[in-house]
Amino acid sequence: MRLKKVLLFSLFFIWITIFLTSSTDARQSTMLLLAMSHAFGITMNARLRLVSRCLLSTSLLLGALWLLRAQQNELAPGERLFQAHCAACHGPQGEGGRGPTLALANLNRGTTEPLLINLIKGGIPGTEMPGSQLASEEIQAIAAYVRKLGQALPETVSGDATRGKQLYFTKGNCQHCHALKGQGSGFGPDLTEIGLKRGAAHLRTSLLAPEADVPKSFALYRPGTGVTENFLQVRVLTIDGRRIKGVRLNEDTFTIQLREASGGVHSFFKSELSELHKDWGKSPMPSYRAVFSKAELDDVVAFLLSLRGEK
Amino acid sequence: MKTPGEITQHTEITKQPEIYRKRERLYRKEAKRQRGKELERINLPCHFAHSILCDEKAAVAAVCCLAHSFRLFRHFRVFRNLAFIALLALPVLAQVPYQRILNADQEPGNWLTYSGNYQGHRYSPLAQINTTNVAKLKPTWVYQVRDPGKVETTPIVVDGVLYITEKPHVVTALDARTGRPLWTYRRTTPPDVRACCGTPNRGLAILDDTLYFNTFDAKLVALDLHTGKLRWETTVADYKLGYSMTAAPLAVKDKIIVGIAGGEFGIRGFLDAYDAKTGKRAWRFWTVPEPGEPGNETWAGDSWKTGAAPTWVTGVYDPDLNLVYWGTGNPGPDWNGDERAGDNLYSDCLLALDADTGKLKWYFQFTPHDVCDWDATETPVLFDAAINGRNRKLVVMANRNGFYYVLDRATGEYLSAEPFVKQTWAKGMDAKGRPIRLPNTSPTPEGTLIYPGLDGGTNWQSPSYSPLQKLFYVLARDNNGQIYFKAKTPYKPGDPFMGGGARDLPGVESYAVVKALEPTTGKQKWEFKLYAPVFSGVMSTAGGLVFGGSTEGYFYALDAATGKPLWHFMAGAQIVTNPVSYLVNGKQHVAITAGLSLFVFALD
Repeated sequence: MRLKKVLLFSLFFIWITIFLTSSTDARQSTMLLLAMSHAFGITMNARLRLVSRCLLSTSLLLGALWLLRAQQNELAPGERLFQAHCAACHGPQGEGGRGPTLALANLNRGTTEPLLINLIKGGIPGTEMPGSQLASEEIQAIAAYVRKLGQALPETVSGDATRGKQLYFTKGNCQHCHALKGQGSGFGPDLTEIGLKRGAAHLRTSLLAPEADVPKSFALYRPGTGVTENFLQVRVLTIDGRRIKGVRLNEDTFTIQLREASGGVHSFFKSELSELHKDWGKSPMPSYRAVFSKAELDDVVAFLLSLRGEK
Repeated sequence: MKTPGEITQHTEITKQPEIYRKRERLYRKEAKRQRGKELERINLPCHFAHSILCDEKAAVAAVCCLAHSFRLFRHFRVFRNLAFIALLALPVLAQVPYQRILNADQEPGNWLTYSGNYQGHRYSPLAQINTTNVAKLKPTWVYQVRDPGKVETTPIVVDGVLYITEKPHVVTALDARTGRPLWTYRRTTPPDVRACCGTPNRGLAILDDTLYFNTFDAKLVALDLHTGKLRWETTVADYKLGYSMTAAPLAVKDKIIVGIAGGEFGIRGFLDAYDAKTGKRAWRFWTVPEPGEPGNETWAGDSWKTGAAPTWVTGVYDPDLNLVYWGTGNPGPDWNGDERAGDNLYSDCLLALDADTGKLKWYFQFTPHDVCDWDATETPVLFDAAINGRNRKLVVMANRNGFYYVLDRATGEYLSAEPFVKQTWAKGMDAKGRPIRLPNTSPTPEGTLIYPGLDGGTNWQSPSYSPLQKLFYVLARDNNGQIYFKAKTPYKPGDPFMGGGARDLPGVESYAVVKALEPTTGKQKWEFKLYAPVFSGVMSTAGGLVFGGSTEGYFYALDAATGKPLWHFMAGAQIVTNPVSYLVNGKQHVAITAGLSLFVFALD
């Protein structure tokens, strides 16, 4: 009996030591052992059984709490990293912004964990999504956190997409500057997949105050193709006195190419220009604050969010 | 805000015709003088051999002459033997002994070492192409490589043949007149090499009748100059531990000096010298000292074992002092210095080593305890000048940390440092040249905005020094701020060991810029802005020009005195390399690689 008691207490002592110093996996297996010894405790006499049961139940409870906290801790670095590296574009809760919403049960591109990890690692070529230099473990942590975001409620929009579509083509006259599946003008950004790229709040802001968030940086210069498609407004005065305004298609040290609102494309050697102005932060898009009612705005946002590239 | 490549620079060219006419006269005179000198310098047998090798008319004439003399003198054994000896002597003449590299400036028709001369000048004394006629520069031929990836080689040009490396392990000899390959050496790359940043190869070294190049799997390979056949190869390090080699070797006397890359893999860096004939290692200098050696105390605990300090760009040599100057790279891990408290010697240093023994003469550390990956591997440049009325032997470096340093190259004494791009990390230098760091300029888990960003104020691309203009030229990146962040990084042999990274801050618009600095002070004389970020070096010439490349694909020439653009050519692919210049049949050429091609230009 005394031996059993000593055995029990030393087991308890060993378990606490292991638990405090070991990793999550080891803690789990130790807990299994503990549960087995708990079952073994049934054969003891009543008094000892009571003591051991109290002792073991307490430690089991303690262990469960520890495990829970450990699991929460595992996600914590992911959230911290997400706030540091992703939230600027995807929103602090992954609700989307300049980048698409990540609060989706099924992500559009990172459909599985390995795909999502690869995507974070390599970025998405041809988009504003850069590759990450973080270590594999950290990318894994971010991916885990992003997948957790999808368990939250998806973004709800109250508008009606069908009505929004009508407004897009009539009152909004959006096709005058934007293209949808190859139809419309190429003066402004193509909207065929805009629902995959932007969040609802960002779209709403863009409609009300188009200059609130215009891409500023050309840090993402792509060798071989040139500047990223950021629709920078430029105004030029040629040496022979012509003034031309448009969006920049490309630029390098010696030349610049631009597209006028009418669709006409111009290419200049910079030596042919006497003035070149770049209107960073400006947009030729008018505000739709006075055009759409609040309900109509909701409808257009719902329509834009439904544009996901599929046929 | 000024736009990159601003327009005002373009229009002023036409405003000063009389100055340019005067300069044209000057250059014509200089070019004529040089052509004369060129002929004087080349001794007759050498010139004879050169013309036979490079000109088929001369070759036919020579063969006819020999055949004729055989017929004429077949009964005269002595003459016949003499003719035989002359024939055998020909290939021997097309050699590049140490003496020729030493006096590289005396034969501007060739490009005998990575930086053009031992002093790291990347300066061509040729003046046929100059400010008055560069606008008429035209491509002569283009050589396209077969394997994918961009070519970053600096060609070696000897007596009418260009030797280039192609990515990753191909060496080709090209006839300088036609661009046709004479031979190709090809070797396979192990499939399991690990690269932090591509697998480039940046060129060769030549000594006597042997070519030397480094492989990505950390081998030094020696090839027969005339046939491209393998002479020997030596394993420099174990690539499975993250070691690699990308730089051109440096041939000094009877040794081949090679640096190592792998600063992103927790290697322990070194600089090696090998016997040029046998490939046997002559000396090794570990850039991270082990316990018991001076400097080991600058590493906490065992952190020296993964201390990196690679030597991944070709260094320079001073024959008078017999010192090799070589820059070292970042300590490992790059962005997380928590486990390596201390100055971390000899990371981010300039080393002055005895060329015969590899013994350290002096060192200068630019960025003690670096946490921003500011390698000090930029090409050092040697010249002599008066500072405060005293003549000095100098070594200068435009450093990745954003400062231009002037040191005494005999003693390592710090003389001055001047920022040449926007920097936000140092208040300045103390009397010994140690930076006075500003607070909050280290990477954090959340990220810290620091100028210059990861690619640095400048990088591995070559600077140039013109003894004619007395100016130092550097391809810099300005207004270059990035968010540096640190992360945990457990060390696993052969795996990346970086501990963080850097990302762009939207709205921070960095740009590439060619800057001309006063060489003794670092004060800016002029600048020429380029649009996109660039990793292409510059070359200045006696024609008053600075040649350079751009990410956009431009090969361009600037006025070395003013920075005005005088000529450009759209090569259609990224230029990530350094230009060279040489003579073919007495005519000046310039060459640069762009994308997968080598472009060669000359006047009509």
